[in-house]
Amino acid sequence: MTNLLNTVLVIILMMNLFALGTSRILAVIRIVAMQGVLLGIIPLLVHKHMTIPIMLMAVAAVVIKAIVIPAIMVRALRDARIKREVEPLIGFLPSIILGAVATAFALLFAGQLPLESSHYGSLLVPTSIATVLAGFILLVTRHKAISQVIGYLVLENGIFIFGMLLIEAMPLVVELGVLLDLFVAIFVIGIIINHINQAFSSLDTRRLISLKE
Amino acid sequence: MAFAMILFPLIMAVIAAAVPSNRLRPWLLPVTAIAHLGMTVLVLARPDLTVSAAWLVLDPLGRIILLVVSTLFFFCSFYTVGYLRHSHKRSNRVFCACFIAFLGIMSLVTWSHHLGIMWVAIEATTLVTAPLIYFEHTPRSIEATWKYMVVCSVGIALGLLGTYFLAYASLHVGIESTLTFEGILQQAPQLSKPWLHAAFVLLLVGYGTKMGLAPMHTWLPEAHSEAPSPVSAMLSGALLTCAFLAILRIYHICLAAGEGVFVSRLLLLMGLFSMVVAGVFMVGQRDFKRMLAYSSVEHMGILALGIGIGGPALFGTLLHVVTHGATKGVLFLSAGNIYHAYGSKSTDQVHGAIRRLPLSGALFLAGFLAITGSPPFGPFISEFAILNGAFDTGRFITGGLFLFLLLVVFIGMGTTVLKVVQGRAPAEVRNTPYRDGLLTAAPVVIMMGLVLLLGLYIPAPLAALLNDAVRFLEVRP
Repeated sequence: MTNLLNTVLVIILMMNLFALGTSRILAVIRIVAMQGVLLGIIPLLVHKHMTIPIMLMAVAAVVIKAIVIPAIMVRALRDARIKREVEPLIGFLPSIILGAVATAFALLFAGQLPLESSHYGSLLVPTSIATVLAGFILLVTRHKAISQVIGYLVLENGIFIFGMLLIEAMPLVVELGVLLDLFVAIFVIGIIINHINQAFSSLDTRRLISLKE
Repeated sequence: MAFAMILFPLIMAVIAAAVPSNRLRPWLLPVTAIAHLGMTVLVLARPDLTVSAAWLVLDPLGRIILLVVSTLFFFCSFYTVGYLRHSHKRSNRVFCACFIAFLGIMSLVTWSHHLGIMWVAIEATTLVTAPLIYFEHTPRSIEATWKYMVVCSVGIALGLLGTYFLAYASLHVGIESTLTFEGILQQAPQLSKPWLHAAFVLLLVGYGTKMGLAPMHTWLPEAHSEAPSPVSAMLSGALLTCAFLAILRIYHICLAAGEGVFVSRLLLLMGLFSMVVAGVFMVGQRDFKRMLAYSSVEHMGILALGIGIGGPALFGTLLHVVTHGATKGVLFLSAGNIYHAYGSKSTDQVHGAIRRLPLSGALFLAGFLAITGSPPFGPFISEFAILNGAFDTGRFITGGLFLFLLLVVFIGMGTTVLKVVQGRAPAEVRNTPYRDGLLTAAPVVIMMGLVLLLGLYIPAPLAALLNDAVRFLEVRP
């Protein structure tokens, strides 16, 4: 079971790097949607006995993260006529390198944290931290509002992975994580309604400098 | 009692959304505020009312924040009625409903005695305040709202991760996990140290974002300067202190776990850094509402610094929550009057406020003197107590830096404030119809009176409240 779980987690780590290095927004959305499907598999692999909260978690993850949110994002892309390129603040190669460094850091850092005996040997903690960091990199190095939302979604996926360690002890608290998706939905709806193509498209660059001081 | 305090504003918010008249609707704010303040006084006077459920308990820390939130909302609610009359003719339906709901949710933050509930409540504050910041519907307010939502939701997400880490800290050592404060405080000494450290860092960064500690403060200057003034006052005096309450809770848990040294080092660092950032950006600031926003960053830094020093500085820090809330209310509300009279927030256009609006101009100036810690106002007492605490615990370098940064802020803020207040008002604004009215001036005058009162003497019930909270923080299970 642990082997299969770790395989899934390694695929998620690779997807993070893909998301960091892809230039087309549509492709990034697809990667994140696939990551959502894998997230739905994890609860089934982590736990031996199927309980209702765990099944619920798996179904909710797939429905929200893999279907609903990617679908409304694609719609936002179309409705707000966003250019389909990512326009990063730093290049794609540096982004990937940064992501790889973050992954290495996550592995080292997770090594410092003691685990409960039943969680030994799984990559849940390092994958979770690496995914959070990858999401953070996506969020701060991208100009467009929609790319920032994608970054936030990846960050949230990382938190979901960590929640898997706790789902038996306190299922309710873990399910609170679903509320984070509320933000994503509101962001995307905000983009559709206000046509914010870029986070700061409303201002020209000169005024942006004056805002930054 | 908790349910009444939380649900009553929420029900009033629904009613506000249903009221058709744009003119009558704002009056629901004072109605809610009076009832809420009444309930707050009742609950503070009757300790037997402070437990509503295992996860809804008003502990001594929550009491102070609840008092600040409720009082500040009381003054802001009357002011808002006056403010909205001078605002655009746009419908204030969403604004009023969200503003009232905001009060209910902040009450939930103060009452929540469970990390999960507290997290939900703080997340909800972000959601209800976003439409308030967006009220003006200008491109700049879209930008401010977007930034606010993105930065704060990342903070909230990290806060959730930190909460998970804290839960794992108890799971890992094989004790039954609980997230009620009482439970965690009792388990604190046994919690797994590495997980507790990691959890503290994440929670500090997460809730620190909401509290406006540098370098996660980036949303704050924009949101505070774009939001309507009563909202800015509530954001600064009440919402930031609600986030501070969250940090206080985590701090309390770490103290109980015997991790005081680790925690205080981080808090001192963040506190001083926030003050430095605020000082740097305040010098030469031309937008006076933005300057007030940076002043909030500075004061949140002071609060972090105060609990970082701990021990003898705790009383001053908790008092500072109260004095800062009242003074920031004075400043933002009088700044709102000046903004309405001039139609600008920049010192390029705004001069001579004391002649154009004698009352608001004078209050703005007095508020500035108070917030920078000049005697005989409230913040002087609280800042002095924090400084005393720093020297008492032998932190001379911290104390020295604190004093130096206060001086930098005084000079930076003073330049901008004097530009606003002194000089001759430009001819085109001298005859605009805006004047100080009863609703927009009286609440500010009374608040300024409170600030002065707090500087001269601290009423016995308030002192008892603060001492209770200090004792509560220092108790080791």
